[in-house]
Amino acid sequence: MSNVVALLIVVPIIAAAGGLLARSRALLSDAITLGSLAASAIGSIWLLAEVRANGSVVVRIGGWDPELGIVLVADLFASLILMVALATILVVEIFAIAQRRTVWGADPEVAGPILLVLSSGVSLAFLTGDLFTLFVAFEMILVCSYVLLTHQGHRGQINAGMTYVVMNLMASTLFLLGVAFVYAATGTVNMALLAERIPELDSGTRLGIGLWFLVVFGTKAAAFPLFSWLPDSYPTAPTTITAVFAGLLTKIGVYAIVRFNTLTGMEELGPVILVVAGATMLIGVSGALAQDDIKRILSFHTVSQIGYMLMGVGLFTVAGVAGTVIFLVHQIPVKTVLFLVGGLIEDAEDTSALDEIGGLARRRPIIALLFALPALSLAGLPPFSGFVAKLALVDAGVAASSIPIVVVSLLASILTLLSMTKIWLNVFWGDEPEPTPDSPDGPPAQDAYAGAGRRRYVMEATTGIAVAGTLAVALFAGPLWDMSDRAADDLVNPDRYISEVLS
Amino acid sequence: MSAALLLAIAGLVGVGVYLVTARSLSRIVLGFSMLGHAAVLSLLGAGGRAAQPPLADRVDDTAANPLPQALSLTAIVISFGLTLFLLALARRQNELTGDDLVEDDLEDRRIADDETGTDDGDAEARPAPSETDAGDRLDDGVPVGRGVTTQEPAAS
Repeated sequence: MSNVVALLIVVPIIAAAGGLLARSRALLSDAITLGSLAASAIGSIWLLAEVRANGSVVVRIGGWDPELGIVLVADLFASLILMVALATILVVEIFAIAQRRTVWGADPEVAGPILLVLSSGVSLAFLTGDLFTLFVAFEMILVCSYVLLTHQGHRGQINAGMTYVVMNLMASTLFLLGVAFVYAATGTVNMALLAERIPELDSGTRLGIGLWFLVVFGTKAAAFPLFSWLPDSYPTAPTTITAVFAGLLTKIGVYAIVRFNTLTGMEELGPVILVVAGATMLIGVSGALAQDDIKRILSFHTVSQIGYMLMGVGLFTVAGVAGTVIFLVHQIPVKTVLFLVGGLIEDAEDTSALDEIGGLARRRPIIALLFALPALSLAGLPPFSGFVAKLALVDAGVAASSIPIVVVSLLASILTLLSMTKIWLNVFWGDEPEPTPDSPDGPPAQDAYAGAGRRRYVMEATTGIAVAGTLAVALFAGPLWDMSDRAADDLVNPDRYISEVLS
Repeated sequence: MSAALLLAIAGLVGVGVYLVTARSLSRIVLGFSMLGHAAVLSLLGAGGRAAQPPLADRVDDTAANPLPQALSLTAIVISFGLTLFLLALARRQNELTGDDLVEDDLEDRRIADDETGTDDGDAEARPAPSETDAGDRLDDGVPVGRGVTTQEPAAS
């Protein structure tokens, strides 16, 4: 049954080919995409249950030794985050199918298959046991994101896409150079072997490798000061695409930082990561306060929240890393849902600029409710999932007596709440602004499309399910916390990981 | 690793970084191919001298370590694909604006507007939606309307 690990990577790619071949028949293409994503999600749930009960699943591709071949490792951390990620992609795809025949949606014949390749890349990134395969997985994900971001070819998308592609290509090139350095220093790219050999290097080489990969993964994660590509590029993509990006892409960078730094025992980088974390939180959230467009505000919050995840890694204690794990579990669905709600608002009002919307709570109360719950969760108010996650981090910070970062994180939380209030006041309360005369090149009204009402229900229902998912994170905080704690324990003390992979 | 290899890598990285910081996408493409070559050479250098293959049962004097070569091949394929994608992006930018320059981003434009005193921040504050001219496409995919200069690329 351990083949499921490999199937999670292989099946979506084959399905993507099928979806592309069937692209002239929309229904068949949709069915292939949805079926494959659902199968992946179910497979990842099974994998999590298996790993939780019986320990890590290790698959050696082709039966090669870890020294030579590729190893796939599903430990508790990887399978937990993978399950959340794949479930999120599935929800977004349902939303996308409902939305995409409107002008705001992504082009149907491209988005579905590319999303499948992306989900394959996501699985590979979480499950791989060697550094070079992680590079390949990053490339798979990034190439998909380049295509999804620019496939409509509008001017704004091409402009933002150029910055995005160049920044990420630079990070990928540095990643490849870093792999070469690591191989030169240790003679392996297998992570379990690296965990044994990197601590034995002299401190200068170790620190160089650690900082190099912090820059690489920090760019992918959009950490300060390497985040500038994110708020410009994300808002230009179709909302469903942005929802996937914001929910997943930066988190994979965080995942890589957690995995690499804990396995190689880069404890002395802790203070550096803490400074980066604090700066990311504050600068992200103050960027959000200055914006006046829903998608741009949410994009800056994506940056800000990365800081919280890095905070747990920077503390380098079991409690801190457990906080990062549960924050990832909370953040992936919440961020995605907020962008989906942004899509609903855009669909209803034909704009996402704050000053052109008002009084939406009276006309579309469901959207107001769907926004309020994840927004409060993002700010970290009890009893939502954000509260659980932030409490875990603050608790870990106090326990490690790193008071400055705790103060900064609480301050950033208050500012997050302020920024969410700004959206609420402008979009849901207040008066409807004067109807502006339709600009000739604006998109046509939504009702011009046949079946607009039914599609709207599907979109709202899908967002509702996703909101319920974020509430479930708070509801099942107990078991999730236990799992995060166990996962963090395995991460901070990697002996078990090493012996499971190498034996 | 030989000194010649090291110098080659250093030179490629230097030229590559210089080109990547340019505004023109065609220069950036060249820069990335230089950097890609530098990365591949470093991988080869990392493999050590010949006759040190990590295969336990095959020690002879002529074989080189195959692992970095496998990694290099993968890296070459990836960078080849990405070069094509960048070129496609450059061509699209050329269709839209007549050149292939990376434009100022939104915040830069706002700051510039504040400094010069022109108050059209509102008009620019809206990202994609106002520029989402999905209706401006003809059936054959050739974009028309704003942003296209009179010099249509010959290929379209």
